Amino acid sequence: MEISKCSQEMLQELHLGSLEELFADIPKEVRTGGLKLPPGLSELELRREMENILSPNKPASSHPSFLGAGVYHHFIPAAVRTIVSRSEFITAYTPYQPEISQGMLQSLFEYQSFMSELTAMDVVNCSMYDASTALGEAVLMSNRVSEGNKFLISRSVSPEKKSVAKTYARGADITLAEVGYDRETGLVDLNDLKSKVSEDVSGFYFETPNFLGPIETHWQEIRSILGSRSMVVGVNPMALALIKPPGEMGADIVVGDAQVFGTPMNLGGPMIGIFGCKVEHVRKMPGRLIGMTTDIEGRRAFCMTLQTREQHIRRSKATSNICTNEALLALASAAYLAVIGKSGLRKIAAKNVENMRSLSSRINLVRGFVSPRFRATHFNEFVMTSEIPYDKVNKELLAKGIQGGFALDRQFPELKSSALYATTEMHTKTDHDKLIAALEGIR
Amino acid sequence: MRYHQAVHDVPVIFEPCERPEVSEPFDPTVGGAIPRDLQRADLALPDLPERDVVKHYVNLSQMNFGVDNGLYPLGSCTMKYNPKICDEVVSWKTVTDIHPLQEPSTIQGALRLMHELELMLCEIGGVDAVTLQPAAGAHGEYTGIQLVKAYHESMEETRREVILPDTAHGTNPASAAMVGYDVLELPSKDGCVDVEALKAAVSKDTAAFMLTNPNTLGLFEKNVKEIAGILHDAGALLYYDGANLNAIMGKTSPGKMDFDIVHFNLHKTFATPHGGGGPGAGPVGVKKKFEAYLPVPRIALRDGMYGLDYDWPQSIGKVRAFFGNFAVLVRAYAYIRMQGGKGLESVSENAVLNSNYLKEKLKDSFELPYGSLRKHEFVLGGRPLKARGLRTLDFAKRLLDYGFHAPTIYFPIIVDEALMIEPTETETKDTLDKFIDACKSILKEDPEILKAAPVNTARRRIEEAKAARDMIFSWREYEKKLDSTGRTK
Repeated sequence: MEISKCSQEMLQELHLGSLEELFADIPKEVRTGGLKLPPGLSELELRREMENILSPNKPASSHPSFLGAGVYHHFIPAAVRTIVSRSEFITAYTPYQPEISQGMLQSLFEYQSFMSELTAMDVVNCSMYDASTALGEAVLMSNRVSEGNKFLISRSVSPEKKSVAKTYARGADITLAEVGYDRETGLVDLNDLKSKVSEDVSGFYFETPNFLGPIETHWQEIRSILGSRSMVVGVNPMALALIKPPGEMGADIVVGDAQVFGTPMNLGGPMIGIFGCKVEHVRKMPGRLIGMTTDIEGRRAFCMTLQTREQHIRRSKATSNICTNEALLALASAAYLAVIGKSGLRKIAAKNVENMRSLSSRINLVRGFVSPRFRATHFNEFVMTSEIPYDKVNKELLAKGIQGGFALDRQFPELKSSALYATTEMHTKTDHDKLIAALEGIR
Repeated sequence: MRYHQAVHDVPVIFEPCERPEVSEPFDPTVGGAIPRDLQRADLALPDLPERDVVKHYVNLSQMNFGVDNGLYPLGSCTMKYNPKICDEVVSWKTVTDIHPLQEPSTIQGALRLMHELELMLCEIGGVDAVTLQPAAGAHGEYTGIQLVKAYHESMEETRREVILPDTAHGTNPASAAMVGYDVLELPSKDGCVDVEALKAAVSKDTAAFMLTNPNTLGLFEKNVKEIAGILHDAGALLYYDGANLNAIMGKTSPGKMDFDIVHFNLHKTFATPHGGGGPGAGPVGVKKKFEAYLPVPRIALRDGMYGLDYDWPQSIGKVRAFFGNFAVLVRAYAYIRMQGGKGLESVSENAVLNSNYLKEKLKDSFELPYGSLRKHEFVLGGRPLKARGLRTLDFAKRLLDYGFHAPTIYFPIIVDEALMIEPTETETKDTLDKFIDACKSILKEDPEILKAAPVNTARRRIEEAKAARDMIFSWREYEKKLDSTGRTK
């Protein structure tokens, strides 16, 4: 292999004749003879190759899509991209040396502040991987906060999240049990909850708006049924611009996903898990926390704090194994919220509600469709039910260049031929018209 | 010493002085469709002109140090330079604007890319199947140990213990504990696994042994085959922590070393930016025997079409929603294609060359425990600093003044006052020489200068104990505390 002049010099300093000698400590029996991979590419060749590979993907910008179910298509102001593209942020790592990392530390503190304000929770950490793993961690934390090896989870939660929660619970020998939803309103079935809350239950997870769209109203009842058990609430943080925050309703732990604030869909990753709790439980919470302090000259400064909860200090006794998180997305969320501002955020959220109401009622007017399925207040997502099998509807929409909502038949068979539709500020009237016309054409 | 970081007094974005007159009064009827009893009463977020927001974050960015600013020899984190083309590719709409629940026929490009990345990681790792779902290295470990548990359960065995060396990354014991295992930390011998002690420790209760090779001291564990034999004879598995893969690509592979389950850190080895703490990606590879337990969905190629396969009844389920950190996967794929097989091998060669060069030049100024040849990183002992009344922390802080990020310090714990240095392959000899000069120059400085360092950074030493005491995690809490102490804002 070709070797540069500098490498040659360094080898000489090491009294070595070849690069190969640097690997003399690897026993022959485990040596491999190189890698069977295609030859390398120049930047130009790579660009062509990547364009070629990625071009079959159909982005939401090229055909109206009504998918949500945890990942949402929202507008991202150009200034957000400018901010998160700063090399100083993007090529740094965890701020282990706070004196030289104040920029990221303050940005993460601001992210925590934005999330704290939106959720009205005392403490929000500076990110988990996504909402599903945040839920998994919440199940584990609930078990640390309130004794009990059982955890209740609402049925109106995304199948993705349920599956992840199950994996996390299994590791800690926690049993999950489901609490049903009211078939009329889509809200938590209080009688079912009452019947399932027992001695060995550590907490209950439900969402607002929940996976099927309805915004929860029975806070007081749920709080009182749970008693001292953990009330774990899942949120869409954008909806919190308009609705009462879980912190004011007695939530102990709040989880969610801040992808809606400035991060593209990216096929569902990276996302950014929100994780917040009451301050009295802060030492039991997972993830990194940024705290405000001063430097030795008394100037305001920020650093990672309460690290004795974390794996690099506490090893097997840590509250979680998380190390790398989603810091850059936390920065994106803070930048998004700062650029959009309070008024802007409320307007965008209101536009989502308006679009949802308009689309849902227009679908309801199309023969053969009922929408929204649930008598409740919604944010930007709702269930529609069709007379003909939804699979068929979806296929016909796809043929007309429309990506329909998420089919619920498989995971929610009780809803029969239904689908979850999301609409955001990204949809124009033309997009809605196109969908309605297509639905009208289905026989 | 010419480095000076920008020093700005940037108010927190919530502070009144950051709120000029653009704010509109709070109108609770916005979103009038929300019933009154559900409506939010107030929302204390700032309302700033875009111009000021950009100024705010650009000034903050100048008070942050990344790989693009200079050498970042943070051991175990592989802070290499990230080619910019990889960032550009993920800004394309064919990456950003696709939804994970789209019909597979409309995301064939994404599925193909992930499928090919899986195959490339199989080749690099010497494994038979890969899942891309885990979001980070620790998440990969968590997934891997879940696989261990699923495997033993399918054998109708209950094994309660995971063993690992005392040099293991902190995530290893934490991951094993999260899956419900008891953790046994095995003291090392001469910096490597104590094979006799391992033999004595392994029992019918051992589920797995977690190891990184080269280990965190940068030493290659030569007895790895024997170690694998000990574990396998006892029916236990061998887990590979892929944090240090940058040292060995094309030279050996975890699979060849008889590891059963392996995670990769794409943000380390495959040059995806660390993002100030994330996102990363931690795919997991396994030998054929463990494929059945991998998370679903798996990406399948049938009749020329890529699809999602959920039909793996023994699967552990899901560890994360959807498919993993796709935008990170795309960057890693682009990096691997750019390097090619020979390029990756050369990456490892240069990473090891740079590391050994630095080590040779610095070992006499510090202590170099355990023999000579290192792989991609090395650990120096800071006892000579101690002799002068200094700590490794002081040295690390002084390095910041010279415009270098500090190495990882106080890890692994078996080395007194440890400095863990990983220069990576992307640094030139010239940069390494400057770093060496800086280290030597610092050692000659008055101890008081080191104790007072850093002085050229945006802030001087941070009162970390105060942060833990005050517990101010948000502007909201800060204002509350100001109110409660009666101080004016």
